[in-house]
Amino acid sequence: MDILKNHNQSTNKQGAGSPTANPPALFVRDLTVAYNRKPVLWDIDLDVPSAVVAGIVGPNGAGKSTLIKAILDLVPHTSGNVEIFGRPYKEQRLIVGYVPQRESVDWTYPITALELVAMGLYRKIGWFKPVTARYRERAREAMDQVGMADFADRQISRLSGGQQQRIFLARALVQDASMYFMDEPFAGVDASTEEAIMAILQELREQGKTVFVVHHDLETVRRYFDHLIMLNMRVVAAGACSEVFTEENLRRTYGGRLTLLDRAVDAIGGIKP
Amino acid sequence: MIWTSLDTWIVVAAALAGLASALVGSFLVLKKMSMMGDAISHAVLPGIAVAFILTSSHASGVMFLGAAVIGVLTAVLVQLVQRYGRLEQGAAMGVVFTVLFAVGLILIEQAAQHVDIHPEHVLFGAVELVPLYTLQLFGLAIPRGVAVLGVITVVNLAVVVLFFKELRLAGFDPALADALGIGSGRMHYLLMVLVALTTVAAFEVVGSILVIAMLIVPGATAHLLTKRLVSFLVVACGVAVTAAVLGHVAAALLTAPENGVIPQALTLLHRRVVVARQDILGLLVRHTETFSTKGNAVLVPEPTGLNLQQLRSLPGSPFPAGSGMLRLALITLRLSGSVSRTGKRYYLTPQGMKQAHELLRSHRLWERFFHDEGNVLLDELHPAADYLEHYTDGELREALAHKYTGEGRDPRGNKIPD
Amino acid sequence: MNDRLLRVLMLADYNTRVVVFGVVMLGIAGGVIGVFLLLRRRALLADAVGHAALPGVAGAFIVLTALGADARSLPLLLTGALISGLAGMGCVLLINRLTKLSEEAALGIMLSVFFGFGIALLGIIQQMRGASAAGLGSFIYGRTASMIRADALLIGFAALGIVVLATLLFKELRLYTFDEDFAAGDGWPVHGLDVLLMSLVVGVTVLGLQAVGIVLVIAVLIIPPAAARFWTDSLAKMVLISAVIGALGGYIGAAISAMAPRLPAGAVIVCVTGSMFLFSLFFGKTHGVVPLAVDALKLRRQTRLHHILRCLYECGEAIYDHSKPISIRTLRDSREWGDQELERAIHTAEKAGHLRETRERAYLLTEKGRVEAHRITRNHRLWEIYLLEHADVAASHVDQGADFIEHVLGTELVAELERSLSIEELTPGSVHHLPAEQGVET
Repeated sequence: MDILKNHNQSTNKQGAGSPTANPPALFVRDLTVAYNRKPVLWDIDLDVPSAVVAGIVGPNGAGKSTLIKAILDLVPHTSGNVEIFGRPYKEQRLIVGYVPQRESVDWTYPITALELVAMGLYRKIGWFKPVTARYRERAREAMDQVGMADFADRQISRLSGGQQQRIFLARALVQDASMYFMDEPFAGVDASTEEAIMAILQELREQGKTVFVVHHDLETVRRYFDHLIMLNMRVVAAGACSEVFTEENLRRTYGGRLTLLDRAVDAIGGIKP
Repeated sequence: MIWTSLDTWIVVAAALAGLASALVGSFLVLKKMSMMGDAISHAVLPGIAVAFILTSSHASGVMFLGAAVIGVLTAVLVQLVQRYGRLEQGAAMGVVFTVLFAVGLILIEQAAQHVDIHPEHVLFGAVELVPLYTLQLFGLAIPRGVAVLGVITVVNLAVVVLFFKELRLAGFDPALADALGIGSGRMHYLLMVLVALTTVAAFEVVGSILVIAMLIVPGATAHLLTKRLVSFLVVACGVAVTAAVLGHVAAALLTAPENGVIPQALTLLHRRVVVARQDILGLLVRHTETFSTKGNAVLVPEPTGLNLQQLRSLPGSPFPAGSGMLRLALITLRLSGSVSRTGKRYYLTPQGMKQAHELLRSHRLWERFFHDEGNVLLDELHPAADYLEHYTDGELREALAHKYTGEGRDPRGNKIPD
Repeated sequence: MNDRLLRVLMLADYNTRVVVFGVVMLGIAGGVIGVFLLLRRRALLADAVGHAALPGVAGAFIVLTALGADARSLPLLLTGALISGLAGMGCVLLINRLTKLSEEAALGIMLSVFFGFGIALLGIIQQMRGASAAGLGSFIYGRTASMIRADALLIGFAALGIVVLATLLFKELRLYTFDEDFAAGDGWPVHGLDVLLMSLVVGVTVLGLQAVGIVLVIAVLIIPPAAARFWTDSLAKMVLISAVIGALGGYIGAAISAMAPRLPAGAVIVCVTGSMFLFSLFFGKTHGVVPLAVDALKLRRQTRLHHILRCLYECGEAIYDHSKPISIRTLRDSREWGDQELERAIHTAEKAGHLRETRERAYLLTEKGRVEAHRITRNHRLWEIYLLEHADVAASHVDQGADFIEHVLGTELVAELERSLSIEELTPGSVHHLPAEQGVET
């Protein structure tokens, strides 16, 4: 954990929404989640500095999505404590944005892309009040940001997988949060969308925001992330990407899955000490 | 209760219906298609109705043919609506079966004018009628419904035994079943036909709506208790038969017309509340009268009403201290608008006043009657009239009144209200 | 008869007017709430809740009779229904949480057990002294005839309240029915919204008991939104259309049942909305079967036309001369046409004025056809390149993919492709030549 403390000290001060510079952006202690008495996550401890793009990697069933959902209080956790910028999550809810997995919603639902993006503003609009033109304009700007301005009035089932992911991202952008959790934003998207999304994530980091991304493709880990959480029901390793993304840690994370490991070892060929 | 051959046939019919339903219902539960049983059991209604109209008889090949057709039709329609309507299966079923059921209901209501068919019997069953229509089989008089259910049970059992592994595979892994050439679609429709046939056979016993209970509950129970399909089916059948026997016994004990526990208790409660209500009305209305020097009752210009305490302690009050019945009766009186409350005092509303006057009229008419006809002493008049007033309806009261036209006053000289 | 029909439809009698108001408001409430129920994929819960209301109604009836009160008081019977409906819903949630049974099985069990219990209570009512179960029949089949003024007003205004609440919460209900996870992460009380929606469903169900009956009350909630789904892709419009269908169904159904009191009103209302559903299924503007079939037909014809135009254009390109007629044999050899397919394609293009037959079985693009052919070929090649550059599709598969998608893409995507590709820099050798923007002649 020493690595963490030294990492990104300077950018820490930019942490938007954080009253003091010292506390980590995300602080998790002893987080344990169990489904039907079967533990899915054990004793998760995390300290992540602000203004980083952090990857969460691990094999299938490692609990990556569950980790995000537990942090966001979407699944009940047996024990544990989550703080965002030094304060309990419940108080900081409004400065946290979330991009769920694309498959988690019904894409035949009768709404347009713009209406979907505007959902990110509902919290600001508040109970009972309708979505006015001013808010629609905000949503349109966000769509422009992700290169989807031409598709505002399309029904969402008539968008490609990459386009759907882009409007999900746009919805998160209008939330104007300080910290984002994204569940597999690169799943099933085309190469150009992946690049576009990544550019936006880096821009968010430049603005001092902290972004967590559940990720599958080990080959791009080193290029995409500055912070990495390697997960397999517990935290195998966490820290600056360049330091924890090692063959040793990969082996511990992915266990005996050799073919996968071979590909990964190829991918990190250059970083072995 | 006394067990007769009627009881035996009723239990046999219910057990067979349960057995037949449990056999096919188990597969519905396993396929997570429980509500399909619900949909089909509603949807067969037009089939039953058309068969009734065409043949005017309860059991006929036409009815089973109609049911089989409707079973497949429902399954096909649900799939079509689901595909073209971009709906989840549940919603598609909801659309299909409500419309079919509505059509069936209208047909039956129309047919009921010409054919001997009661919507209630189709919807809720009439198991007590099962033993009435019999057939001669092997020299035995077997109720027709039992014979039909027996056949269906055998058919279901045969299909389940013959196609055991196909049904299991199609239920567990439809894609693999298709790949092996079993045809999960064919198995699906076979199951739907069986469900429809079972529904028709069972509707006399449980009614077309409650067939769902027989289809699902045994299977769901078995699902919780066992892990293997064979034991699953055995448990489901056991549950179905046990439920049939226990159900009949419980129904006989609890709800039989003359000596059932629940009707008796409810009738008793009903009687006691009615009496208490009338007693309260009596107390209140008598309070609005005051006694003149001659001992005759005259109306008080502005009645003050009574509070709980007074209702308990006034002379003639039947309510002991702490009686819950008083409060209960007061609540129902207020609900039905006969009594109102202001502060802690209770008053008669105009409607309550009318009812109370009717009571008082009965009471005083009875007193007149006993006094004139029975030579009963004045002091003993009240309790007798008190008892009878609760059981005097309008007709009897008018008969009494007719006898004493022109009297206008009771033996004590109090006015008999109009 | 006609005179009566007219009187009923024009709401000449005050009583009819009040009953129709109640049923129409019920239809609107069912239509509005039903949309969210349908999108939440909980349609059958309404069915189960409807059945679960029976023991409540019967129980309330028994209690009221036993207590000597008026057992036909609608508010009290509906209170009973509300309590047992909510209890039934709670049972389903409980069975779901505590056992491994599927939600479906839980619904089936709850429905049948509650309904069976209700039937047993009805049996008891028949045995009770001093009770007349006459009024209860209308709760099973639905009968507007037994509806008195106060009942209709109660139903109407309660339904109105439900509609107003749903309208106020439109945005919240949309968010929660579309993406529950996001809503929860955004800090909305999703469990509260869940309970609210389900309570509104129970509310509509209970209000509908008298007019539509226990068994069919689900139809008021499901059929109108299912029918509305065929007409639009916008939630607001869907809610509106669904409400209109519900209201119309209630209006026509109540009118018919006012004229023929033997007909169960519930069944009539369901048949009327059911036929509107059937009509929507076939002719609904956005997802109806007929419009979709027409679209598919149009697409097929357009695809054929595009194929023949591109084919002629490419043949012209190959000989560096667009003004020479191309023989049918050349056309047939240049791509894998079925015999009929080629004839049809030529016929279609001829009729559209894109080509003409110059001599025996040889064809030339008209001026109009040449412009069109140029545009199509250009789109096609842009798309091929896009697939090559961006989507990692192997070059050998490009043609097939492009042949289809090209016809689906509108001008907007083509414009985007041009922007993202900077086509000027592409070398002609990449896949095909890329025709220049203006020059048709080479």
